[in-house]
Amino acid sequence: MSQKVLLNTKEVNIILHRLACQLIEKHLDFSNTILIGIQPRGAFLAKRLTEILKEEYQISDLKLGLLDITFFRDDFRRSEKPFEANQTQIDFLVEDKNVVFIDDVLYTGRSIRAALTAIQSFGRPKSIELLTLIDRRFSRDLPIQPDYRGRQVDAINNEKVLVKWKENDGEDAVYIEVKS
Amino acid sequence: MKELSVNHLLGIKYINKNDINLILETADQFKEVINRPIKKVPSLRDITIANIFFENSTRTKLSFELAQKRLSADVMSFSSAQSSVKKGETLIDTVNNILAMKVDMVVMRHSSPGAAHFLSQHVKASIVNAGDGAHEHPTQALLDSYTIREKLGEVAGKKIVIVGDILHSRVALSNIFALQMQGAEVKVCGPKTLIPQYINSLGVTYEPNLIKALEWCDVANMLRVQNERLDVSYFPNTREYTQQFGLTNEILNNLNKEIVVMHPGPINRGVEITSDVADGNHSVILDQVENGVAVRMAVIYLLASKIQN
Repeated sequence: MSQKVLLNTKEVNIILHRLACQLIEKHLDFSNTILIGIQPRGAFLAKRLTEILKEEYQISDLKLGLLDITFFRDDFRRSEKPFEANQTQIDFLVEDKNVVFIDDVLYTGRSIRAALTAIQSFGRPKSIELLTLIDRRFSRDLPIQPDYRGRQVDAINNEKVLVKWKENDGEDAVYIEVKS
Repeated sequence: MKELSVNHLLGIKYINKNDINLILETADQFKEVINRPIKKVPSLRDITIANIFFENSTRTKLSFELAQKRLSADVMSFSSAQSSVKKGETLIDTVNNILAMKVDMVVMRHSSPGAAHFLSQHVKASIVNAGDGAHEHPTQALLDSYTIREKLGEVAGKKIVIVGDILHSRVALSNIFALQMQGAEVKVCGPKTLIPQYINSLGVTYEPNLIKALEWCDVANMLRVQNERLDVSYFPNTREYTQQFGLTNEILNNLNKEIVVMHPGPINRGVEITSDVADGNHSVILDQVENGVAVRMAVIYLLASKIQN
C-alpha cells in the first residue's frame, strides 16, 4: 500500500477559507440557512467551517446540525461489514430553510442519496445544496454533484481518499492511498 | 465494527455484555429517531416479521409492532385465540406455515419455558423471545437497563431490588441476568413462597422486609402478582400482600434517599403499588414504555443485519 499527499495542511486551510467565502457569497448572513454535517466524517469539516465563519467573518447566527444516515443507507444487509450508527443532532426544523449538506468526500453519491431521504424526517427544506472537500470524479453511481467543492480528483477504484483532521487524526491533510 | 454475537434473541443468558452494550448504544440512536417529527427510517424495507403471541399481551405486542413499523418492516401479527392452534396444530407446523410465506423474523410469546429456544432449533428464521412462560423476557430486561442507565448514568455499581412474585416472573429472571452482567447488585423481596428456592445460586440475596430492601437500593422494580399463574395459594390474601409488599408514597417519603421506581406493567393499582406512586415523581413507568420501542428497534435492527440476503 502506498500513500501520496493530495493536500497538505496549508492547502487544506486555504480551501476551507475559500469554501467559507463561497458560502457567504451565496447565503450572506445565514439567517435562513442550516449547515448539516454528514456523520461521521462530514462533522469535522462542518464544525471547522462553522468556526471559520464565526471567528473570521463574524457570522453569529449560524445553525449547525449533524445528520447520521446509517438507517437510511441502501446497502443494509448487502454490505460485508455491519454499520455503526452515529448521533444525529438536529435541534430545529429544516422546514422552508436552505440546507447545505457538508461531507468530506463525494464518491458514489449514495451517502448523499441517503441524506436526502433522512433530512425529510425534519421537515421540507426550501433547497438543499452540497459542499464537499474532495470530489472524486468519474465514480458516481447516482446523478449527484456538489455545489461547492474543495478539490476535484480523478482517483480510480483501487485508490482511497483519506481526509485527516487535526482534532481526530493529528493533522489536517488529504492523502490518496493505493491498494496494491 | 460491531455486531451481535447471536442470530436470535432467546434470552439474556444467551448473550454477553458486549451485546447488551451494543443494543443499548444503538437504542440511543433510535430514541432520537422516535422523537423526530417523522419517526420512521427505511432500514428494514425488505424484511418481513411475524409476531405470534400465544399468550395475552398489550404493551409488548404493541411495542414490538410499533418498533417494526418505525423500521419500515412488513409486519403481520397473530394471537393464538383466533388461530388454528386451537384446532390442534403444533407450534412448529404453525410457524413453518408462516415462514412458507417468506417471513424473515419471528417474535414469539409462549406460555412454555424454552419455546423460543425450541423454535430457533427447528425453523429457519431469526427468533426474538417476547416472553416464554416463567423463563425469560429479554427485551423487558434490556429496556429496564436502558431506563436505569438513562436515569442514573450507568448500571454498573447500582443496587436494584426486585419486589413481588419472583417465582413466576420472566421479567425478574431476565433482569437478574442483565443487571449482574453489567455489574449491578440485585436483591429480591416478596413473600417467601414466591421466591425460588435456588435464588442464592444466581448470586442474588433475599430480603423479606420491604423497608429494609428500599433503604438499601437505588432502584425498586415492582412486579405484579401473576394471579393467572398461581396454581395454589401462595399468600393469605391480597390485602395482606399489599400491607407487607405494597409500595406507597408514605414509605417513599420516609426513606432518607431518592430511589427510582420501575414497573414492567400491567399495574394492579393499589396492590403492589399505589396510584400516587405509579403516577408520581419517582416513577419512570412511562419512560420504560417509551424506551421499550427504542430498545426493540435496536434488537430487531441488529438481528436483521445478520439475516443472509
